[in-house]
Amino acid sequence: MPQYLISVWHDDTFEVDLSSPDAQLRVAQVDAFNSELQQAGAWVFAAGLHPASSATVVRSSGGEVSMTDGPYAETKEQMGGFWVIEAADLDAALEWAGRAAAACDGPVEVRPAQG
Amino acid sequence: MTDGLDEVFRREAGRCTATVIRVLGDIDLAEDAVAEAFAIAAEQWPKTGIPPNPGGWITTTARNRAIDRLRRESTRSDRHLAAHRLHTDTMGPARNPDLDRLDDFVEVVADDQLRLMFLCAHPSLAADAQVALVLRLVAGLETSEIARAFVVAEPTMAQRIVRAKRKLHDNHASYRIPRLGELPDRLHTVLAAIYLIYTEGHTATSGQSLTRSDLSTEAIRLGRTLVELMPDEPEAVGLLALMLLTESRRPARSSTDGTVVRLADQDRSRWDQALIAQGHQLVRACLRRNRPGPFQIQAAIAAVHADAPSAKTTDWSQIIALYDQLYALRPHAVIALNRSVAVAELHGPDEGLAALARIDIATLDNYQPYHAARADLLARAGRRDEALAAYDRAIELTANAVERDFLMLQRAAL
Repeated sequence: MPQYLISVWHDDTFEVDLSSPDAQLRVAQVDAFNSELQQAGAWVFAAGLHPASSATVVRSSGGEVSMTDGPYAETKEQMGGFWVIEAADLDAALEWAGRAAAACDGPVEVRPAQG
Repeated sequence: MTDGLDEVFRREAGRCTATVIRVLGDIDLAEDAVAEAFAIAAEQWPKTGIPPNPGGWITTTARNRAIDRLRRESTRSDRHLAAHRLHTDTMGPARNPDLDRLDDFVEVVADDQLRLMFLCAHPSLAADAQVALVLRLVAGLETSEIARAFVVAEPTMAQRIVRAKRKLHDNHASYRIPRLGELPDRLHTVLAAIYLIYTEGHTATSGQSLTRSDLSTEAIRLGRTLVELMPDEPEAVGLLALMLLTESRRPARSSTDGTVVRLADQDRSRWDQALIAQGHQLVRACLRRNRPGPFQIQAAIAAVHADAPSAKTTDWSQIIALYDQLYALRPHAVIALNRSVAVAELHGPDEGLAALARIDIATLDNYQPYHAARADLLARAGRRDEALAAYDRAIELTANAVERDFLMLQRAAL
Protein backbone atom coordinates (compact mmCIF):
# COMPACT_ATOMS: atom_id res chain seq x y z
CA MET A 1 0.00 0.00 0.00
CA PRO A 2 1.32 3.52 -0.79
CA GLN A 3 2.97 5.39 2.05
CA TYR A 4 2.81 9.12 2.61
CA LEU A 5 4.72 11.56 4.76
CA ILE A 6 2.48 14.03 6.55
CA SER A 7 4.69 16.75 7.97
CA VAL A 8 3.76 19.55 10.33
CA TRP A 9 5.20 22.99 9.66
CA HIS A 10 5.41 26.07 11.77
CA ASP A 11 7.33 29.25 12.28
CA ASP A 12 10.90 28.70 13.42
CA THR A 13 10.33 30.92 16.45
CA PHE A 14 7.35 28.80 17.52
CA GLU A 15 7.90 27.45 21.00
CA VAL A 16 5.62 25.01 22.70
CA ASP A 17 4.74 25.71 26.28
CA LEU A 18 3.47 22.28 27.19
CA SER A 19 1.88 23.58 30.37
CA SER A 20 -0.48 25.90 28.47
CA PRO A 21 -4.08 24.69 28.06
CA ASP A 22 -3.78 25.12 24.27
CA ALA A 23 -0.78 22.82 24.09
CA GLN A 24 -2.45 20.32 26.41
CA LEU A 25 -5.47 20.25 24.15
CA ARG A 26 -3.30 19.74 21.06
CA VAL A 27 -1.43 16.88 22.71
CA ALA A 28 -4.74 15.20 23.55
CA GLN A 29 -6.00 15.74 20.00
CA VAL A 30 -2.84 14.30 18.46
CA ASP A 31 -3.00 11.29 20.79
CA ALA A 32 -6.58 10.63 19.75
CA PHE A 33 -5.62 10.99 16.08
CA ASN A 34 -2.71 8.56 16.53
CA SER A 35 -5.08 5.99 18.05
CA GLU A 36 -7.41 6.40 15.08
CA LEU A 37 -4.51 5.81 12.68
CA GLN A 38 -3.46 2.71 14.57
CA GLN A 39 -6.97 1.28 14.75
CA ALA A 40 -7.43 1.83 11.02
CA GLY A 41 -4.12 0.11 10.27
CA ALA A 42 -2.83 3.30 8.63
CA TRP A 43 -0.12 4.02 11.19
CA VAL A 44 3.53 3.46 10.23
CA PHE A 45 5.44 5.92 12.40
CA ALA A 46 5.13 9.37 13.87
CA ALA A 47 7.14 11.78 15.99
CA GLY A 48 7.18 15.32 17.20
CA LEU A 49 10.59 16.95 16.83
CA HIS A 50 12.66 19.18 19.07
CA PRO A 51 13.07 22.75 17.75
CA ALA A 52 15.04 23.21 14.52
CA SER A 53 17.82 24.87 16.52
CA SER A 54 18.61 21.39 17.89
CA ALA A 55 19.54 20.15 14.40
CA THR A 56 23.03 19.30 13.13
CA VAL A 57 23.88 19.15 9.44
CA VAL A 58 26.27 16.36 8.42
CA ARG A 59 27.96 16.29 5.00
CA SER A 60 30.10 13.68 3.32
CA SER A 61 32.49 14.77 0.63
CA GLY A 62 35.31 12.60 -0.72
CA GLY A 63 35.26 10.41 2.34
CA GLU A 64 35.45 13.41 4.67
CA VAL A 65 32.56 13.91 7.02
CA SER A 66 31.93 17.42 8.32
CA MET A 67 29.35 18.84 10.65
CA THR A 68 27.79 22.23 11.06
CA ASP A 69 25.15 23.68 13.28
CA GLY A 70 21.70 23.24 11.70
CA PRO A 71 19.04 23.46 10.54
CA TYR A 72 19.83 22.71 6.91
CA ALA A 73 17.18 24.89 5.33
CA GLU A 74 17.53 28.51 6.39
CA THR A 75 13.86 29.22 6.07
CA LYS A 76 11.38 30.73 8.47
CA GLU A 77 9.21 27.63 8.37
CA GLN A 78 10.61 24.42 9.78
CA MET A 79 9.28 20.90 10.20
CA GLY A 80 8.04 20.35 13.71
CA GLY A 81 6.90 16.75 13.44
CA PHE A 82 5.59 14.14 11.05
CA TRP A 83 3.59 11.04 10.44
CA VAL A 84 4.29 8.26 7.98
CA ILE A 85 1.00 6.64 7.06
CA GLU A 86 -0.28 3.97 4.71
CA ALA A 87 -3.29 4.83 2.60
CA ALA A 88 -5.03 3.26 -0.39
CA ASP A 89 -4.67 6.37 -2.53
CA LEU A 90 -4.13 10.12 -2.54
CA ASP A 91 -7.68 10.94 -1.51
CA ALA A 92 -7.46 8.65 1.50
CA ALA A 93 -4.10 10.20 2.45
CA LEU A 94 -5.55 13.71 2.09
CA GLU A 95 -8.46 12.79 4.31
CA TRP A 96 -6.04 11.65 7.04
CA ALA A 97 -4.04 14.82 6.47
CA GLY A 98 -7.13 16.93 7.04
CA ARG A 99 -7.60 15.28 10.40
CA ALA A 100 -3.90 15.69 11.17
CA ALA A 101 -4.13 19.41 10.46
CA ALA A 102 -7.13 19.68 12.76
CA ALA A 103 -5.43 17.67 15.51
CA CYS A 104 -2.24 19.75 15.56
CA ASP A 105 -4.07 22.95 14.72
CA GLY A 106 -1.77 23.96 11.85
CA PRO A 107 -0.94 23.29 8.22
CA VAL A 108 0.48 19.93 7.17
CA GLU A 109 2.18 18.84 3.95
CA VAL A 110 1.48 15.50 2.25
CA ARG A 111 4.16 13.81 0.17
CA PRO A 112 4.09 10.35 -1.33
CA ALA A 113 6.96 7.98 -0.59
CA GLN A 114 8.66 6.35 -3.56
CA GLY A 115 8.15 2.71 -4.32
CA MET B 1 -14.09 12.51 -45.19
CA THR B 2 -11.38 14.23 -43.19
CA ASP B 3 -14.09 16.63 -42.02
CA GLY B 4 -15.97 13.63 -40.72
CA LEU B 5 -12.88 12.41 -38.94
CA ASP B 6 -12.21 15.80 -37.37
CA GLU B 7 -15.74 15.87 -36.11
CA VAL B 8 -15.47 12.37 -34.65
CA PHE B 9 -12.16 13.31 -33.10
CA ARG B 10 -13.63 16.41 -31.46
CA ARG B 11 -16.56 14.44 -30.14
CA GLU B 12 -14.82 11.25 -29.14
CA ALA B 13 -11.23 12.11 -28.13
CA GLY B 14 -11.96 12.92 -24.49
CA ARG B 15 -14.49 10.11 -24.08
CA CYS B 16 -12.17 7.52 -25.59
CA THR B 17 -9.16 8.71 -23.60
CA ALA B 18 -11.24 8.55 -20.43
CA THR B 19 -12.22 4.94 -21.02
CA VAL B 20 -8.80 3.81 -22.23
CA ILE B 21 -7.21 5.32 -19.10
CA ARG B 22 -9.46 3.07 -17.02
CA VAL B 23 -8.77 0.02 -19.16
CA LEU B 24 -5.00 0.51 -19.21
CA GLY B 25 -4.66 2.24 -15.86
CA ASP B 26 -2.15 4.74 -17.19
CA ILE B 27 -2.66 8.24 -18.58
CA ASP B 28 0.37 8.45 -20.88
CA LEU B 29 -0.12 4.97 -22.27
CA ALA B 30 -3.78 5.78 -22.95
CA GLU B 31 -3.00 9.10 -24.65
CA ASP B 32 -0.46 7.51 -26.98
CA ALA B 33 -2.77 4.60 -27.76
CA VAL B 34 -5.76 6.86 -28.57
CA ALA B 35 -3.55 9.02 -30.81
CA GLU B 36 -2.38 5.87 -32.60
CA ALA B 37 -5.96 4.64 -33.01
CA PHE B 38 -6.99 7.96 -34.54
CA ALA B 39 -4.04 7.75 -36.93
CA ILE B 40 -5.20 4.28 -38.00
CA ALA B 41 -8.75 5.61 -38.41
CA ALA B 42 -7.50 8.46 -40.60
CA GLU B 43 -5.94 5.86 -42.86
CA GLN B 44 -8.74 3.28 -42.90
CA TRP B 45 -12.01 5.17 -42.62
CA PRO B 46 -11.73 7.00 -45.96
CA LYS B 47 -11.77 3.53 -47.54
CA THR B 48 -14.15 1.69 -45.22
CA GLY B 49 -16.40 4.50 -44.08
CA ILE B 50 -16.87 5.65 -40.47
CA PRO B 51 -17.94 2.65 -38.36
CA PRO B 52 -21.37 2.77 -36.70
CA ASN B 53 -19.82 3.10 -33.24
CA PRO B 54 -16.70 5.19 -33.86
CA GLY B 55 -16.00 5.70 -30.14
CA GLY B 56 -16.06 1.97 -29.46
CA TRP B 57 -13.88 1.36 -32.52
CA ILE B 58 -11.27 3.92 -31.41
CA THR B 59 -11.31 2.67 -27.82
CA THR B 60 -10.96 -0.97 -28.79
CA THR B 61 -8.25 -0.24 -31.34
CA ALA B 62 -6.37 1.91 -28.81
CA ARG B 63 -6.58 -0.82 -26.19
CA ASN B 64 -5.37 -3.47 -28.65
CA ARG B 65 -2.50 -1.31 -29.89
CA ALA B 66 -1.38 -0.59 -26.35
CA ILE B 67 -1.47 -4.28 -25.48
CA ASP B 68 0.49 -5.16 -28.63
CA ARG B 69 3.08 -2.63 -27.68
CA LEU B 70 3.33 -3.87 -24.12
CA ARG B 71 3.70 -7.43 -25.39
CA ARG B 72 6.43 -6.39 -27.81
CA GLU B 73 8.21 -4.92 -24.87
CA SER B 74 7.90 -8.49 -23.58
CA THR B 75 8.09 -9.22 -19.87
CA ARG B 76 7.95 -5.56 -19.00
CA SER B 77 4.23 -5.46 -19.69
CA ASP B 78 2.90 -6.82 -16.43
CA ARG B 79 5.36 -4.93 -14.37
CA HIS B 80 4.68 -1.82 -16.38
CA LEU B 81 0.97 -2.06 -15.81
CA ALA B 82 1.41 -2.97 -12.19
CA ALA B 83 3.65 0.00 -11.58
CA HIS B 84 1.50 2.52 -13.37
CA ARG B 85 -1.97 1.35 -12.70
CA LEU B 86 -4.36 3.97 -11.44
CA HIS B 87 -6.69 2.63 -8.82
CA THR B 88 -10.33 2.62 -9.79
CA ASP B 89 -13.35 1.88 -7.71
CA THR B 90 -14.29 -0.94 -10.04
CA MET B 91 -10.88 -2.55 -10.07
CA GLY B 92 -9.03 -2.63 -6.80
CA PRO B 93 -5.36 -1.85 -6.61
CA ALA B 94 -4.41 -5.49 -6.27
CA ARG B 95 -5.92 -6.57 -9.55
CA ASN B 96 -3.88 -6.04 -12.67
CA PRO B 97 -5.60 -6.79 -15.94
CA ASP B 98 -4.99 -10.15 -17.46
CA LEU B 99 -4.12 -9.12 -20.99
CA ASP B 100 -5.64 -12.26 -22.50
CA ARG B 101 -8.90 -12.09 -20.66
CA LEU B 102 -9.99 -8.55 -21.44
CA ASP B 103 -13.25 -8.22 -23.34
CA ASP B 104 -12.85 -8.05 -27.09
CA PHE B 105 -14.79 -4.86 -27.47
CA VAL B 106 -14.40 -1.92 -25.14
CA GLU B 107 -17.55 0.09 -24.58
CA VAL B 108 -17.13 3.80 -23.94
CA VAL B 109 -18.48 4.29 -20.44
CA ALA B 110 -19.90 7.71 -19.59
CA ASP B 111 -18.70 7.46 -15.99
CA ASP B 112 -15.14 7.36 -17.25
CA GLN B 113 -15.47 10.94 -18.45
CA LEU B 114 -16.55 11.96 -14.97
CA ARG B 115 -13.65 10.06 -13.43
CA LEU B 116 -11.33 11.91 -15.79
CA MET B 117 -12.81 15.30 -14.94
CA PHE B 118 -12.41 14.67 -11.23
CA LEU B 119 -8.86 13.44 -11.77
CA CYS B 120 -7.82 16.41 -13.93
CA ALA B 121 -9.39 18.93 -11.57
CA HIS B 122 -7.96 17.29 -8.47
CA PRO B 123 -7.69 19.82 -5.64
CA SER B 124 -4.06 18.84 -5.04
CA LEU B 125 -3.18 20.48 -8.38
CA ALA B 126 -2.78 24.21 -8.94
CA ALA B 127 -5.63 25.83 -10.85
CA ASP B 128 -3.53 26.45 -13.97
CA ALA B 129 -2.51 22.78 -14.01
CA GLN B 130 -6.12 21.65 -13.54
CA VAL B 131 -7.21 23.81 -16.45
CA ALA B 132 -4.39 22.53 -18.68
CA LEU B 133 -5.15 18.89 -17.89
CA VAL B 134 -8.90 19.30 -18.43
CA LEU B 135 -8.26 20.88 -21.83
CA ARG B 136 -5.66 18.30 -22.81
CA LEU B 137 -7.36 15.12 -21.63
CA VAL B 138 -11.09 15.82 -21.35
CA ALA B 139 -11.43 18.29 -24.22
CA GLY B 140 -8.74 16.59 -26.30
CA LEU B 141 -6.93 19.80 -27.32
CA GLU B 142 -3.33 19.64 -28.47
CA THR B 143 -0.74 21.05 -26.08
CA SER B 144 0.18 23.63 -28.73
CA GLU B 145 -3.43 24.83 -28.88
CA ILE B 146 -3.64 25.17 -25.10
CA ALA B 147 -0.33 27.03 -25.02
CA ARG B 148 -1.59 29.45 -27.68
CA ALA B 149 -4.86 29.99 -25.85
CA PHE B 150 -3.06 30.92 -22.63
CA VAL B 151 -0.29 32.84 -24.42
CA VAL B 152 2.52 30.78 -22.94
CA ALA B 153 5.35 29.04 -24.77
CA GLU B 154 4.53 25.49 -25.84
CA PRO B 155 7.36 23.89 -23.80
CA THR B 156 6.06 25.74 -20.73
CA MET B 157 2.58 24.32 -21.22
CA ALA B 158 3.97 20.86 -22.03
CA GLN B 159 5.97 20.91 -18.81
CA ARG B 160 2.93 22.07 -16.82
CA ILE B 161 0.95 19.11 -18.15
CA VAL B 162 3.76 16.60 -17.61
CA ARG B 163 4.29 17.81 -14.04
CA ALA B 164 0.60 17.59 -13.23
CA LYS B 165 0.36 14.06 -14.61
CA ARG B 166 3.47 13.04 -12.70
CA LYS B 167 2.10 14.48 -9.49
CA LEU B 168 -1.12 12.50 -9.85
CA HIS B 169 0.87 9.39 -10.69
CA ASP B 170 3.44 9.73 -7.88
CA ASN B 171 0.68 10.39 -5.38
CA HIS B 172 -1.32 7.31 -6.37
CA ALA B 173 -4.34 9.37 -7.31
CA SER B 174 -7.36 7.15 -7.90
CA TYR B 175 -9.49 7.05 -11.01
CA ARG B 176 -12.84 7.32 -9.37
CA ILE B 177 -15.89 9.45 -8.81
CA PRO B 178 -15.83 11.05 -5.35
CA ARG B 179 -18.12 9.65 -2.69
CA LEU B 180 -21.27 11.54 -1.78
CA GLY B 181 -19.63 13.17 1.24
CA GLU B 182 -16.71 14.50 -0.80
CA LEU B 183 -18.79 15.38 -3.83
CA PRO B 184 -19.79 19.00 -3.15
CA ASP B 185 -16.18 20.19 -2.67
CA ARG B 186 -14.75 18.08 -5.46
CA LEU B 187 -17.51 19.07 -7.87
CA HIS B 188 -16.95 22.71 -7.06
CA THR B 189 -13.28 22.34 -8.04
CA VAL B 190 -14.29 20.83 -11.39
CA LEU B 191 -16.84 23.60 -11.99
CA ALA B 192 -14.33 26.27 -11.01
CA ALA B 193 -11.77 24.85 -13.48
CA ILE B 194 -14.32 24.91 -16.31
CA TYR B 195 -15.39 28.43 -15.38
CA LEU B 196 -11.75 29.52 -15.35
CA ILE B 197 -11.44 28.25 -18.93
CA TYR B 198 -14.58 30.19 -19.80
CA THR B 199 -13.48 33.45 -18.21
CA GLU B 200 -10.03 33.22 -19.80
CA GLY B 201 -11.84 32.93 -23.13
CA HIS B 202 -14.26 35.71 -22.23
CA THR B 203 -11.77 38.28 -21.03
CA ALA B 204 -8.31 37.19 -21.98
CA THR B 205 -6.07 38.35 -19.15
CA SER B 206 -3.31 39.17 -21.59
CA GLY B 207 -2.71 39.50 -25.28
CA GLN B 208 -3.99 41.65 -28.11
CA SER B 209 -7.63 40.69 -28.45
CA LEU B 210 -10.29 40.93 -25.80
CA THR B 211 -11.66 37.42 -26.04
CA ARG B 212 -10.49 34.00 -27.12
CA SER B 213 -13.78 32.55 -28.14
CA ASP B 214 -12.29 29.09 -28.76
CA LEU B 215 -11.67 28.71 -25.01
CA SER B 216 -15.20 29.88 -24.23
CA THR B 217 -16.63 27.43 -26.74
CA GLU B 218 -14.55 24.67 -25.19
CA ALA B 219 -15.71 25.57 -21.67
CA ILE B 220 -19.37 25.56 -22.75
CA ARG B 221 -18.84 22.18 -24.41
CA LEU B 222 -17.34 20.85 -21.16
CA GLY B 223 -20.22 22.38 -19.20
CA ARG B 224 -22.76 20.63 -21.43
CA THR B 225 -20.93 17.32 -21.02
CA LEU B 226 -20.92 17.71 -17.26
CA VAL B 227 -24.65 18.45 -17.18
CA GLU B 228 -25.28 15.35 -19.30
CA LEU B 229 -23.18 13.29 -16.89
CA MET B 230 -24.58 14.83 -13.70
CA PRO B 231 -28.09 16.05 -14.58
CA ASP B 232 -29.10 16.13 -10.90
CA GLU B 233 -26.39 18.57 -9.82
CA PRO B 234 -27.97 22.02 -9.85
CA GLU B 235 -24.57 23.73 -9.60
CA ALA B 236 -23.42 22.06 -12.83
CA VAL B 237 -26.62 23.29 -14.49
CA GLY B 238 -26.05 26.72 -12.93
CA LEU B 239 -22.53 26.93 -14.37
CA LEU B 240 -23.77 26.05 -17.86
CA ALA B 241 -26.56 28.64 -17.58
CA LEU B 242 -24.08 31.28 -16.38
CA MET B 243 -21.74 30.60 -19.30
CA LEU B 244 -24.56 30.64 -21.89
CA LEU B 245 -26.06 33.88 -20.54
CA THR B 246 -22.65 35.56 -20.44
CA GLU B 247 -21.90 34.23 -23.91
CA SER B 248 -25.16 35.69 -25.23
CA ARG B 249 -23.67 39.18 -24.82
CA ARG B 250 -20.51 38.43 -26.80
CA PRO B 251 -21.72 40.00 -30.09
CA ALA B 252 -22.31 43.29 -28.25
CA ARG B 253 -19.22 43.29 -26.04
CA SER B 254 -16.83 44.81 -28.51
CA SER B 255 -17.47 47.41 -31.20
CA THR B 256 -16.44 46.97 -34.84
CA ASP B 257 -13.03 48.51 -34.13
CA GLY B 258 -12.44 45.99 -31.34
CA THR B 259 -12.88 48.28 -28.35
CA VAL B 260 -14.77 47.23 -25.22
CA VAL B 261 -18.43 48.13 -24.87
CA ARG B 262 -19.62 48.13 -21.27
CA LEU B 263 -22.77 46.28 -20.28
CA ALA B 264 -24.61 49.59 -19.82
CA ASP B 265 -23.71 50.78 -23.32
CA GLN B 266 -24.24 47.53 -25.21
CA ASP B 267 -26.69 47.30 -28.09
CA ARG B 268 -28.95 44.71 -26.54
CA SER B 269 -30.58 43.86 -29.85
CA ARG B 270 -27.29 42.15 -30.66
CA TRP B 271 -27.52 39.78 -27.71
CA ASP B 272 -28.00 36.18 -28.77
CA GLN B 273 -31.64 35.43 -27.94
CA ALA B 274 -31.27 31.67 -28.50
CA LEU B 275 -28.53 31.47 -25.85
CA ILE B 276 -30.58 33.66 -23.50
CA ALA B 277 -33.58 31.35 -23.89
CA GLN B 278 -31.43 28.28 -23.16
CA GLY B 279 -29.84 30.02 -20.18
CA HIS B 280 -33.22 31.09 -18.77
CA GLN B 281 -34.60 27.59 -19.08
CA LEU B 282 -31.59 26.16 -17.23
CA VAL B 283 -31.77 28.80 -14.48
CA ARG B 284 -35.44 27.98 -13.91
CA ALA B 285 -34.70 24.25 -13.91
CA CYS B 286 -31.98 24.45 -11.29
CA LEU B 287 -33.74 26.99 -9.05
CA ARG B 288 -36.70 24.61 -8.87
CA ARG B 289 -34.46 22.14 -7.09
CA ASN B 290 -34.06 24.63 -4.26
CA ARG B 291 -30.42 23.78 -3.57
CA PRO B 292 -28.87 27.18 -4.26
CA GLY B 293 -25.17 27.54 -4.89
CA PRO B 294 -22.77 30.19 -6.14
CA PHE B 295 -22.97 29.30 -9.83
CA GLN B 296 -26.79 29.20 -9.79
CA ILE B 297 -26.95 32.61 -8.13
CA GLN B 298 -24.48 34.10 -10.61
CA ALA B 299 -26.57 32.61 -13.41
CA ALA B 300 -29.68 34.18 -11.88
CA ILE B 301 -27.89 37.57 -11.86
CA ALA B 302 -26.98 37.11 -15.52
CA ALA B 303 -30.61 36.20 -16.23
CA VAL B 304 -31.85 39.43 -14.62
CA HIS B 305 -29.49 41.39 -16.90
CA ALA B 306 -30.67 39.40 -19.90
CA ASP B 307 -34.30 40.26 -19.09
CA ALA B 308 -33.76 44.00 -19.11
CA PRO B 309 -34.30 45.91 -22.36
CA SER B 310 -31.80 48.54 -21.15
CA ALA B 311 -29.33 49.14 -18.33
CA LYS B 312 -31.69 51.72 -16.81
CA THR B 313 -34.65 49.34 -16.68
CA THR B 314 -32.61 46.54 -15.07
CA ASP B 315 -34.10 45.24 -11.84
CA TRP B 316 -31.11 46.40 -9.76
CA SER B 317 -32.77 45.71 -6.41
CA GLN B 318 -33.18 42.09 -7.49
CA ILE B 319 -29.51 42.01 -8.48
CA ILE B 320 -28.44 43.47 -5.13
CA ALA B 321 -30.55 40.84 -3.33
CA LEU B 322 -28.87 38.09 -5.36
CA TYR B 323 -25.40 39.48 -4.58
CA ASP B 324 -26.36 39.45 -0.89
CA GLN B 325 -27.27 35.77 -1.20
CA LEU B 326 -24.05 35.07 -3.05
CA TYR B 327 -21.99 36.93 -0.47
CA ALA B 328 -23.64 34.91 2.31
CA LEU B 329 -22.36 31.74 0.61
CA ARG B 330 -19.01 33.11 -0.55
CA PRO B 331 -17.93 36.17 1.42
CA HIS B 332 -15.36 37.33 -1.13
CA ALA B 333 -14.31 40.90 -1.72
CA VAL B 334 -14.91 40.55 -5.48
CA ILE B 335 -18.58 39.79 -4.82
CA ALA B 336 -18.84 42.83 -2.53
CA LEU B 337 -17.26 44.86 -5.35
CA ASN B 338 -19.89 43.74 -7.87
CA ARG B 339 -22.62 44.42 -5.35
CA SER B 340 -21.30 47.98 -4.87
CA VAL B 341 -21.56 48.58 -8.61
CA ALA B 342 -25.20 47.44 -8.51
CA VAL B 343 -25.82 49.72 -5.52
CA ALA B 344 -24.46 52.63 -7.56
CA GLU B 345 -26.90 51.83 -10.35
CA LEU B 346 -29.85 51.82 -7.97
CA HIS B 347 -28.91 54.60 -5.53
CA GLY B 348 -26.27 56.65 -7.36
CA PRO B 349 -22.44 56.80 -7.41
CA ASP B 350 -22.08 58.20 -3.86
CA GLU B 351 -23.89 55.22 -2.33
CA GLY B 352 -21.85 52.92 -4.55
CA LEU B 353 -18.60 54.50 -3.38
CA ALA B 354 -19.76 54.21 0.23
CA ALA B 355 -20.38 50.48 -0.32
CA LEU B 356 -16.94 50.17 -1.95
CA ALA B 357 -15.32 51.88 1.02
CA ARG B 358 -16.64 49.16 3.32
CA ILE B 359 -14.70 46.44 1.45
CA ASP B 360 -11.38 45.27 2.81
CA ILE B 361 -9.06 46.90 0.27
CA ALA B 362 -6.06 44.70 1.03
CA THR B 363 -7.52 41.82 -0.99
CA LEU B 364 -8.44 44.02 -3.97
CA ASP B 365 -5.51 46.38 -4.29
CA ASN B 366 -3.97 44.44 -7.18
CA TYR B 367 -7.33 43.69 -8.80
CA GLN B 368 -7.79 45.76 -11.93
CA PRO B 369 -11.62 45.65 -12.02
CA TYR B 370 -11.75 47.19 -8.54
CA HIS B 371 -9.79 50.26 -9.61
CA ALA B 372 -11.66 50.49 -12.93
CA ALA B 373 -15.05 50.36 -11.15
CA ARG B 374 -13.93 52.86 -8.54
CA ALA B 375 -12.59 55.21 -11.21
CA ASP B 376 -15.92 55.10 -13.01
CA LEU B 377 -17.92 55.81 -9.84
CA LEU B 378 -15.58 58.64 -8.83
CA ALA B 379 -15.93 60.16 -12.30
CA ARG B 380 -19.72 59.92 -12.09
CA ALA B 381 -19.62 61.49 -8.63
CA GLY B 382 -17.63 64.42 -10.06
CA ARG B 383 -14.46 63.64 -8.08
CA ARG B 384 -12.14 64.12 -11.06
CA ASP B 385 -8.69 64.02 -9.43
CA GLU B 386 -9.41 60.85 -7.49
CA ALA B 387 -10.91 59.31 -10.64
CA LEU B 388 -7.74 60.08 -12.62
CA ALA B 389 -5.59 58.40 -9.96
CA ALA B 390 -7.87 55.34 -9.91
CA TYR B 391 -7.74 55.07 -13.73
CA ASP B 392 -3.94 55.24 -13.56
CA ARG B 393 -3.86 52.35 -11.14
CA ALA B 394 -6.31 50.31 -13.24
CA ILE B 395 -4.29 50.95 -16.43
CA GLU B 396 -1.11 49.94 -14.63
CA LEU B 397 -2.72 46.60 -13.69
CA THR B 398 -4.11 45.77 -17.15
CA ALA B 399 -2.23 43.30 -19.35
CA ASN B 400 -4.95 43.08 -22.01
CA ALA B 401 -4.32 45.63 -24.79
CA VAL B 402 -8.00 46.17 -25.64
CA GLU B 403 -9.00 46.77 -22.04
CA ARG B 404 -6.10 49.15 -21.57
CA ASP B 405 -7.19 51.18 -24.61
CA PHE B 406 -10.69 51.36 -23.18
CA LEU B 407 -9.48 52.59 -19.79
CA MET B 408 -7.23 55.17 -21.42
CA LEU B 409 -10.17 56.49 -23.45
CA GLN B 410 -12.27 56.74 -20.29
CA ARG B 411 -9.48 58.57 -18.53
CA ALA B 412 -8.96 60.96 -21.43
CA ALA B 413 -12.68 61.80 -21.45
CA LEU B 414 -12.46 63.20 -17.91
